[in-house]
Amino acid sequence: MEDMIFYDRLQFAFTITFHYIFPQLTMGLSLIIVYYKWRFLKTNIEKYNNAAKFLMKIFAVNFTMGVVTGIPMEFQFGTNWAKFSELTGGIIGQTLAMEGLFSFFLESSFLALFIFGEKLMGQKLHFLTGFLVFLGSWASGYLILATNAWMQHPVGYEILKNGKFVLENFSALFSNPWLLPAFLHNQIASLVTSSFVVASIGAFYVLRTKNTEYGKLFLKTGVIFGLVSSLLLAFPTGDLNAKNVAKYQPAAFAAMEGIFKTEEAGAEIVLIGQPDMVRKKLDNKIAVPNILSFLTYQDWNKQIPGMDQFKKEELPTNIPALYYSYHIMVGLGTIFIAIMGLAVFFLWRKKLYSFKPLLWSIMFLVPFPYIANITGWYTAELGRQPYLVYGLLKTSEGVSPNVSSGNTLFTLLGFVALYMLLGLLFLVLVGKTIHQGPTPQKH
Amino acid sequence: MEVFWYIIISVVFAIFFILDGYNFGTGIIHLFLAKTEKDKEVITKCAGLFWDFNEVWLVAGGALLFMAFPTFYASVFSGFYLPLIIVLWLIIFRAIGLEFRGQFNFQMWKNIWDASFGVSSLLLALFFGIALGNVVRGVNLGAIENGVAAFEPHYFFLPLWDSSFSPLSETPGVIDWFTIIIGLISVVTLAIHGANWIILKTNSSINNQLKSVIFKLTILLFALTIISLLVWQIMNPNSLDNFIDKPYLIIFPVIYFAGLFGLFFIKKIKKDIHGFILSTLVIFGGITSSLASLFPVILPSTHNQNESLTIYNTAAPEYGLSVALGWGIIGIILVIVYLITQNKLMSGKIDTMDYGH
Repeated sequence: MEDMIFYDRLQFAFTITFHYIFPQLTMGLSLIIVYYKWRFLKTNIEKYNNAAKFLMKIFAVNFTMGVVTGIPMEFQFGTNWAKFSELTGGIIGQTLAMEGLFSFFLESSFLALFIFGEKLMGQKLHFLTGFLVFLGSWASGYLILATNAWMQHPVGYEILKNGKFVLENFSALFSNPWLLPAFLHNQIASLVTSSFVVASIGAFYVLRTKNTEYGKLFLKTGVIFGLVSSLLLAFPTGDLNAKNVAKYQPAAFAAMEGIFKTEEAGAEIVLIGQPDMVRKKLDNKIAVPNILSFLTYQDWNKQIPGMDQFKKEELPTNIPALYYSYHIMVGLGTIFIAIMGLAVFFLWRKKLYSFKPLLWSIMFLVPFPYIANITGWYTAELGRQPYLVYGLLKTSEGVSPNVSSGNTLFTLLGFVALYMLLGLLFLVLVGKTIHQGPTPQKH
Repeated sequence: MEVFWYIIISVVFAIFFILDGYNFGTGIIHLFLAKTEKDKEVITKCAGLFWDFNEVWLVAGGALLFMAFPTFYASVFSGFYLPLIIVLWLIIFRAIGLEFRGQFNFQMWKNIWDASFGVSSLLLALFFGIALGNVVRGVNLGAIENGVAAFEPHYFFLPLWDSSFSPLSETPGVIDWFTIIIGLISVVTLAIHGANWIILKTNSSINNQLKSVIFKLTILLFALTIISLLVWQIMNPNSLDNFIDKPYLIIFPVIYFAGLFGLFFIKKIKKDIHGFILSTLVIFGGITSSLASLFPVILPSTHNQNESLTIYNTAAPEYGLSVALGWGIIGIILVIVYLITQNKLMSGKIDTMDYGH
């Protein structure tokens, strides 16, 4: 039973991590594409149109990857988490089915129209299709977040005698206090990823001194969008999320902040340190006193419960992983603000395009927003443990009772191999598109 | 309310098999009959332009099933664990075959992805047919062996095969000689459907040859249909009861046979779309007849200890189903509007189309 849950969780974690590489780019990128298309409508400068169409090519590759890696996610609810599906399907099935029906269709059909239909439709309609792709991808994010928000903070339900969760109030799913901050934080984070990707492509073009005109455009857009979104990521969206965790999941909050012992006169904020689970303390700690209490409650001396206040079975199962995920996310977020702030400063002083060390850094920073996004999600999901539905349904109660660990290990290995191949092909394809550049090809 | 959602979801899945079915069929024809590079390119293109849009019907159908019949979703998806995951892998191979073929212009690269597209399409058609066969035959609910149940009454776990390969075995597997027959029916049907799609959407040099292929496959399909009906009668003597109790259900087999007989005249048909409509009728009629014969059961039990899964004992409660009705109807209407718009914009033959790419 134990290793059954382990492999089910590992397979879900692996496949969702790989899947989320793609939507986190498409959601943010669609906004940048809409921005370029809008600039083109206003100024009629061909450059903006080419930039939009070029980015849509990259969007399309990511979208395809997102589709083929997304179907296994939907299937796994049934294959590996049958008991969870059976008990909660009447509720989370609502938001998941809405996602499949509305946003997914919106995105895929208007993507095809955007790519193939420019000549047919004229510029205004073409802008509209781009906008609808953006709308579809954000609606998709919203509905998935609504599903997750219910698992983090269940609302609008009733539990029957046989243990089934029954929907009692449909609109409660959308007025869930967990949803809006989580959604905004997630979308802004996806905008950070896309801004870094666009800036990175720009830095590449400027450094290789080919497609320099587009390089400068991408750099400018990328760093400005990057700075704004990195700032919004920390405040207010990150702040609101942290307050939600402190309010609704205090055990998770203590674990992710690394508070082993409750401090009477206000909690310190840990910057660096490694959790020592045997001695229940942090090794090599650097912390600033009372800041955490102030950030969370605007009160320097407010007491925040540490892990010593909770029973062992209420605490997250993997505290070090949760702690690191959270601190890596926050640390990277801070670095993003610094780098993008610097880049915008140089842009303003008109030195960005010739300051090579910064361009090289921007180019190679591109994996880090992906890491920050994924560790952010690990924070949310590890923090919810040991529950699937917070406080109500344990993760161990959700697995398929009839699928043995050997079968899951076999399919996990298959997914690992297949996704390695997919990842390689994806890199080759995106690399080729970027290498060709946005200049329209003559047939 | 259960019946309503049952119909909606069946229709969504039927549309999925009609739409993605022509992609599977195109892959099968491509694998065996496309010889010149020009034909290969245009045939992959007539699948490649549409596959992801068709795939969303699978996602929508799966998600709606999850919402409306969560117990069924949980039972079937976990019970058919291995075959379903293999289907997922095949879907991925099919997709990357279509997407990556044209990315580099050397022959070996193209051959690799052609094989990926063709072989996975063939296997997908076979597996989906086998899946339908399993649903019709039923499974060992509760995994009962020697009178002892391994799981709760609505769970099961099917091995890929049982050593006897017999549908009458106490512990039938996914693959037995009955489900294989249904799998072959699916392959043949979708090959016909794919051939019709190629004729409709392209000017490939094999279009004339395809008509005689369709004709031969139709004879084969007719033979397989008769065999499967006979076998099914032997397996389950009550299998046609629903059609006797509710005579209006006979419309579905009539649709199936109307399509099938129409296809015998494929060589005389002048308009390409008519052939495609006939194979569409065969798929729609085939799926709906199978489901209608089971109704209201959606997964029969192969023994008496546990009762079969029906739309009533697996559905989500009334409130959820009726709320979903509100957004569901809007969603379905939108989706059909998208479908029509997209097909209008992409109507005509692929090879002469200028899609500014």
